[in-house]
Amino acid sequence: MSVPVEQTTITVEVNGTTYEREVEARRLLVHFLRDDLDLTGTHVGCDTGNCGACSVIVDGTLLKSCMMLAVQADGASIETVEGLGADGELTPLQQAFGEHHALQCGYCTPGMLMSAKALLDENPEPTEAEIRRAIQGNICRCTGYVNIVEAIAAAAEAGR
Amino acid sequence: MTETASPTSAIVVEEQETKPGFIGTSIPRKEDRRLVQGEGVFFDDVKRHGMGFVHFVRSPYAHAKIVSIDVAPALELKDVYGTLTGDEVAILTDPFFEMSVPPGSEIKDYALAVGKTRFVGEPVAAVVASTRELARDAAELVEVEYEPLEPLVDARHARDSDAPILHDDAGSNLVWEGVFDWGDWEQAAAEADRIVRIKELHFDRFSSTPLECSGCLVEFNRGTGQWTMYCNHQMPGIGAIWMAPALRVGTDKLRFVTQDIGGAFGNKICLHPYFVACCLLARKLNRPVQWTEWRTDQHTANAHGNERWFEDTEVAVKADGTLLGFKTKAIDDCGAFPRYEPLGCIIWAQVTPGCYRWQNVHVDFAQVATNKSPVSPNRGYSRMQHLWFTERMIDIVANELALDPVEVRKRNYVKADEFPWTTPNGCVYDSGDYARCLDIALELAGYDGIDERRRDAESRDKLLGVGIGSTLDSGTNNFGQSQLLNPDLQFSGNNEVATVKLDIFGEVVVTLGTVPQGQGHETTAAQVVADALGISPDDVTVRPGHDTYWNSHAGFSGTYASQFAVTGLGAVKGAVDQLAGEIRTIAAAVLGGVPAEQIELEGGFAKLRDNPEAAIPFMGIGAIVNANNAILPEEAREVTLNCRYVYVPPFEVPDKERKYGNLTLTYATQIHVCVVEVDPDTGAYEIVDYAAVDDCGNRIHPQIVEGQVHGATAQALGAATHETFTYDEQGNLLTPNFYDYHVPHALDMPPLKTGYIESPSPFTPLGAKGMGEGGGAGIHAVCAALQDALRPVGNPIVYDSCNPPHRVWELISNPAESRGRVAVESR
Repeated sequence: MSVPVEQTTITVEVNGTTYEREVEARRLLVHFLRDDLDLTGTHVGCDTGNCGACSVIVDGTLLKSCMMLAVQADGASIETVEGLGADGELTPLQQAFGEHHALQCGYCTPGMLMSAKALLDENPEPTEAEIRRAIQGNICRCTGYVNIVEAIAAAAEAGR
Repeated sequence: MTETASPTSAIVVEEQETKPGFIGTSIPRKEDRRLVQGEGVFFDDVKRHGMGFVHFVRSPYAHAKIVSIDVAPALELKDVYGTLTGDEVAILTDPFFEMSVPPGSEIKDYALAVGKTRFVGEPVAAVVASTRELARDAAELVEVEYEPLEPLVDARHARDSDAPILHDDAGSNLVWEGVFDWGDWEQAAAEADRIVRIKELHFDRFSSTPLECSGCLVEFNRGTGQWTMYCNHQMPGIGAIWMAPALRVGTDKLRFVTQDIGGAFGNKICLHPYFVACCLLARKLNRPVQWTEWRTDQHTANAHGNERWFEDTEVAVKADGTLLGFKTKAIDDCGAFPRYEPLGCIIWAQVTPGCYRWQNVHVDFAQVATNKSPVSPNRGYSRMQHLWFTERMIDIVANELALDPVEVRKRNYVKADEFPWTTPNGCVYDSGDYARCLDIALELAGYDGIDERRRDAESRDKLLGVGIGSTLDSGTNNFGQSQLLNPDLQFSGNNEVATVKLDIFGEVVVTLGTVPQGQGHETTAAQVVADALGISPDDVTVRPGHDTYWNSHAGFSGTYASQFAVTGLGAVKGAVDQLAGEIRTIAAAVLGGVPAEQIELEGGFAKLRDNPEAAIPFMGIGAIVNANNAILPEEAREVTLNCRYVYVPPFEVPDKERKYGNLTLTYATQIHVCVVEVDPDTGAYEIVDYAAVDDCGNRIHPQIVEGQVHGATAQALGAATHETFTYDEQGNLLTPNFYDYHVPHALDMPPLKTGYIESPSPFTPLGAKGMGEGGGAGIHAVCAALQDALRPVGNPIVYDSCNPPHRVWELISNPAESRGRVAVESR
């Protein structure tokens, strides 16, 4: 009988940097990012996959990094909030979040930004309903979403 | 007074606009840059070498005797560092201080369950291991033998003779009880044309559930005996008052450090049991320990809002709708331990009459313990429950007496020219214009065309309803109110601290005693400082977060109870005014001994008013005082350029006999109007229009104020429509995480229209009022709108604060049940 592998080595690219790390087979991608790579911009707000604070983009697909094992990301290219405006300049989306007061405590913000980025990458001219649908998987307890929706619309406008 | 009736949008200051006068403008928030880059520092981001992760073993029973706990199997696992049990806690600590009089004061509350468990999720042991996952595995191996006891879930039965008793030491489930009697209820009842009786109303259990769960990283310094907690406690001053005596140390042995906090809403005030357990573990294991609460644990066992029942209410009304007074019996359910309670038994009295002029109030108030999660302050704490009750009374009276809810409100609201208005219990409403706010809200919600919209809805087989919520956000507590609960408590007044200094290179640095969680304190503090010193907010550094080592805090420091705009900014203003005076003193001395009054501060220079060429940059002032002070004349040598100011609001100790006095300094207004469309076949409903009008006096930063209005409204709508902590008969929480506990998502939110007026507070340094909590106006607006909509289908009475579609459907399908809750007696 084969013994389950408890540890394995994975290679991932995160925001353009390649990392090789040994991880426990059961380690969640979000804990790998936060605890092993010290990329603490990606947050954890629940334990059921509902809140979206841990949203990242894996090989071009938006997903919740608490719903994926680190080992499943072996070989993948991952974008996190730290990769936005990595050259020191804020992206139009990040700027719009500030200008429109789309964040208060800022805890949901990284996940919101990644969901908004995934939306705008795919649909540069979203309607308000499309924006709301795109962030439906991200919970914010501070803003009532009013200014977040405005900010994403403004970023889309700026990108036109 | 200024006003607007248009939905506001973000205002951004133009770059070149760097002149004085930043208060009242929406400058870019200082906090945002780091937060949109994922560079905020939340407690869970902090790491220490060799730290262990804490996982709590929690009770699966709502009420059970702990027969035995065996941690040995957990300790056998490699890389498990250690454990802690209730037996150890009982030896190493003293029970937390209780604020109640007997019987509540007899309750023994420890960091872990001692002897028995009293709610599902109560921590009974803790395990520390090298990883989060291992700690969780190891916790599973801890063997706890329980002997289940009958649980008490319904607060209404807590005082029954056969009710199971939670706390044997108290001998009763009663925590606190008292009678509040102001004016003359009997006389009011005698003068009334109608007495409207309401058998029972229920304010449901929910909480704001901040997205970041609670937690801390605790280090113990063996040499000094001091603990440092990198954490998200939102009220460290009170936290230390609980923790230090329990740990048998002075408060200076507890250092609280916060930077960014992912929302708190009051839910991060009662973290002391968890923090004490972590402190004991850090000391026992001689290593840093880290605890991050799981979401399910946050919902199950940390901080619920107070649940409250209102029994046998009577409202005395004249035939024309003039309200004379009310009488009720309130039963407040605080869950298994009081902790911050019984303060909720008095906090509601800050807004005793709501927005109304009635003078005769009789409230028989009792708070009881049940086998449910302990409560904690929750946005709108205790006033929200009472204001919901008040607004329910207004609308039930209007409904039963066929009066117009708008007219009833306008007839009975405190009038704009009557401020300052003294309530029947001695609170002083500072300023406002409720009727004007209502007019604006009605206009925003399209009230003029409402009849046509009703007909339109009917044509689509929908029922349309309109509801109003009029609430107050009472801010800046007078802690003397605690003495109305327990005359022996030595709390009164309030305080907050700030320091503002000018450093050697001319840097202006502000330190706050507050503990912000998204309210933009760095930004608004910088606005106040910039205006006082004639510089730009960009030139002001405000240290983020809180650190006990900064020595910039006082006993009541924290961020809670809608007070930063008054206490926090009051302290900032006091400190920066001192600093401005000191800068003038130095400049006057250096510029040839001119009177300090002739010095003006502008653009980072101290200038002689009549000769602007004679000017010293702030850098020069900072350098002279810090590094070249021998050149100063004797009278200027006391200047430190490091100014600490404690803002103390003008309070007195309330009259304990009459339970009378001013309990809060400011009263911000929220008038909301909600329009719903209900599907009568299913009870499903949609909020089709929503207007929120706020008056918080002078707005320091309109965009931040607007953001707070949005957020408070969203939380109220969540509470009104879905959010409920529902328990089964065995005391199991049925909504223990975001999977079952539905908070508003982006698609749930109706379009919000907002308006405001500004009625400056005459009592505060900046004419501002605290406003962050809101008064829960949305909860009532939804309830009132539903009741209005359901009038054609049996005219049921909305009696619960939370009305998911299934409850609406029950109201529709059996209107007689709720109709049976009300009766009108004509005199």
